[in-house]
Amino acid sequence: MNHAVFEKNSLILLIGALIVVSIGGIVEIAPLFMLQSTIEKVEGMRPYSPLELAGRDIYVREGCYNCHSQMIRSLRDEIERYGHYSLAAESMYDHPFQWGSKRNGPDLARVGGKYSDAWHVEHMRDPRAVVPASIMPGYPFLEKTPLNYDNIGARMKTLQEIGVPYTDEMVTNAKADLSAQISPDTDSAKALVQRYPKAQVRRFDGQVGDNVQPTELDAVVAYLQMLGTLVDFTKFDASGQNLR
Amino acid sequence: MTETTGRMGNIPVLASALLFTTIGLILAIAGTDGGMRLHGLIFGLASAAALFVIASRPAERTEKPSGYFDGPIRVATIACVFWGIVGFLVGDVLAWQLAFPALNLDLPWTNFGRLRPVHTSAVIFAFGGNALIATSLYVVQRTCRARLPGRWAPWFVVWGYQLFIVIAASGYVLGITQGKEYAEPEWYADLWLTIVWVVYLLVFLGTLRKREEPHIYVANWFYLAFIVTIAMLHIVNNLSLPVSWLGSESYPLFPGVQGAMTQWWYGHNAVGFLLTAGFLGIMYYFIPKRAERPIYSYRLSIVHFWSLIFLYIWAGPHHLHYTALPEWAQTLGMTFSIMLWMPSWGGMINGLMTLSGAWDRLRTDAVIRLLVVSVAFYGMSTFEGPLMSIKAVNSLSHYTDWTIGHVHSGALGWVGMISFGAVYCMVPWLWKREGLYSMRLVEWHFWLAMIGIVLYISSMWVAGITQGLMWRAYDHLGFLKYSFIETVEALHWPYVIRATGGVLFLLGGLIMAYNVWRTIRGDQPVDVKDQPKVAAAPELRPGVVAAPAE
Repeated sequence: MNHAVFEKNSLILLIGALIVVSIGGIVEIAPLFMLQSTIEKVEGMRPYSPLELAGRDIYVREGCYNCHSQMIRSLRDEIERYGHYSLAAESMYDHPFQWGSKRNGPDLARVGGKYSDAWHVEHMRDPRAVVPASIMPGYPFLEKTPLNYDNIGARMKTLQEIGVPYTDEMVTNAKADLSAQISPDTDSAKALVQRYPKAQVRRFDGQVGDNVQPTELDAVVAYLQMLGTLVDFTKFDASGQNLR
Repeated sequence: MTETTGRMGNIPVLASALLFTTIGLILAIAGTDGGMRLHGLIFGLASAAALFVIASRPAERTEKPSGYFDGPIRVATIACVFWGIVGFLVGDVLAWQLAFPALNLDLPWTNFGRLRPVHTSAVIFAFGGNALIATSLYVVQRTCRARLPGRWAPWFVVWGYQLFIVIAASGYVLGITQGKEYAEPEWYADLWLTIVWVVYLLVFLGTLRKREEPHIYVANWFYLAFIVTIAMLHIVNNLSLPVSWLGSESYPLFPGVQGAMTQWWYGHNAVGFLLTAGFLGIMYYFIPKRAERPIYSYRLSIVHFWSLIFLYIWAGPHHLHYTALPEWAQTLGMTFSIMLWMPSWGGMINGLMTLSGAWDRLRTDAVIRLLVVSVAFYGMSTFEGPLMSIKAVNSLSHYTDWTIGHVHSGALGWVGMISFGAVYCMVPWLWKREGLYSMRLVEWHFWLAMIGIVLYISSMWVAGITQGLMWRAYDHLGFLKYSFIETVEALHWPYVIRATGGVLFLLGGLIMAYNVWRTIRGDQPVDVKDQPKVAAAPELRPGVVAAPAE
């Protein structure tokens, strides 16, 4: 074919280029929505509880993904350092995904339960107080900022509309569930754990006294402490369809 | 797009400005969060200013309808220099923060996590984007011998784009982000950019359709592919659902693994089409123009164009090796990334060999040296890229500063240097000057930038490979040898060297800004005898007939 066809007609050039640049993306992206094997079959995954979701939104807001990955690669040293390699299933409710691309700090995919709440509180206030060589910025403002969760129900409703399996009951009870997660030994906390199995209930930021309000630090620590804790890997079958 | 004249032609434009003003004011009052109210106010005021300007010039034209339409190009050129300085400055602040974390100040709006998107967006979209808008609108008019269509549309593209940058960057500092790298702007900023970009495409295409040259010049193929592909990537990757139509928050449509694949399909092709195809458009016009030599090979241009745009789009999965992305997609990404080496070097050869018969210009003309060295850096980073996309290499390089070094050899070396070269070419041509204010300052800029880049990329190779090897080191008992924090401590001096390199690069940028400002102001060039004839505006070149580059 004579190339002059493209050089002499701007619309043919435009359409030609558009077709050529569309192919790769269609071949690589579309099957991920259709192939059953893309996401492993696992037990234990559930949507984030309202407090965890609020914490995740702060994680995104502060740009934590710029320095922390949440994706353990299937390499020997990473598995020994961070734990079982990350599964696609573990981020299937993540909008947006936070796999990251650079580790100025360590991977956080399984940071849940590795440190105490007190460590996290101290570390957020002043990272070098607990890790002297750390280059992380301090986030002292998180514990001083009351958590704004007026629209937590609307946020969950939005996620429900784009495919996260929140039930209407979860959306209706969003605000109550959020404050329940820092109110241990209450009926509302029991209802929360019923709706969100394995949800951890305590005062994450270490505040004492009656009638405390959740802070941004509560939400962030609640999120960090649940990361990587949902899937029970003693029951995970890495063969068959889940084989990588 | 037709030439609109007179009062009637203004009505749709006025109506749009009025609509945008209203939307802005509604958001400023009824927005559900402070960020949205501020952005509504900025948007409303900008639209109101546009409304005022349009209404006050109902019939007469600001420029004669004949000749080229260069006003918006001048604005985009100045914006390119301005945002470049901002982007380099913020980048260097981030570099020092990594060496000395106290510089984060521990305030929400000064911490690394919020500032890094300001840096990446400022250099990629603000500096690079304005360089592309300015050069593409310049080149398409000259190579088509046609004026940009419309009276307001080119102005809208340039100012609408600056508005997008202001809204995006101020949002990051306030914590308004989608949390996707290089696609951080929230849904309403994305919608605005889509409108601006479609008008940009129409202005570009409209000029091509009005052309008086029978053939569309090769630079325009690359610009057209860049514009249309960026539109496709931007729209698909930013599909999201706002929590409220009056609030700044939204959630992206695609989750987890599909989100990751879509994001890196977008992310790698922001590199491939904005930072590569667009800037190849610059290469294909400004190098032959400045060297006064034809493009080395027409046939190579054709092969280069189609193979580059076909192969690039597949390369995204190399950002996701050994992750939860299915193996088949990783393999495809690696394979196409390696193949991409060939068209990349084909383009490099086409650019470099254009100097055939004019190699002496490298010694005498610092502007052409900037342009040519940029192509050499292009060759270097497009060799390094395929190398790093090989899974075994990537297992070492990924998540480390090697990636950062690689990006910057492309960004500082290729995108930065070729943009500087194009700005130094265009400023005297656009403002009708006999030459640049000072060629000697261009020499200074060139060498400062060169040394800065060498410090930057060599320190990042050291940092990345050191950390990558430390992460996977085992002691003689079979335990991991280093804790994570030990691998961070090892990077302190490379980080200091990198940040120093950044200072030099920034200094070069400031020298450019000074030189451009003196040239625009119309100061007599201090060394016009040392500048080639082609440095002068076409109408000021004695005995030289302005001819298209073909």
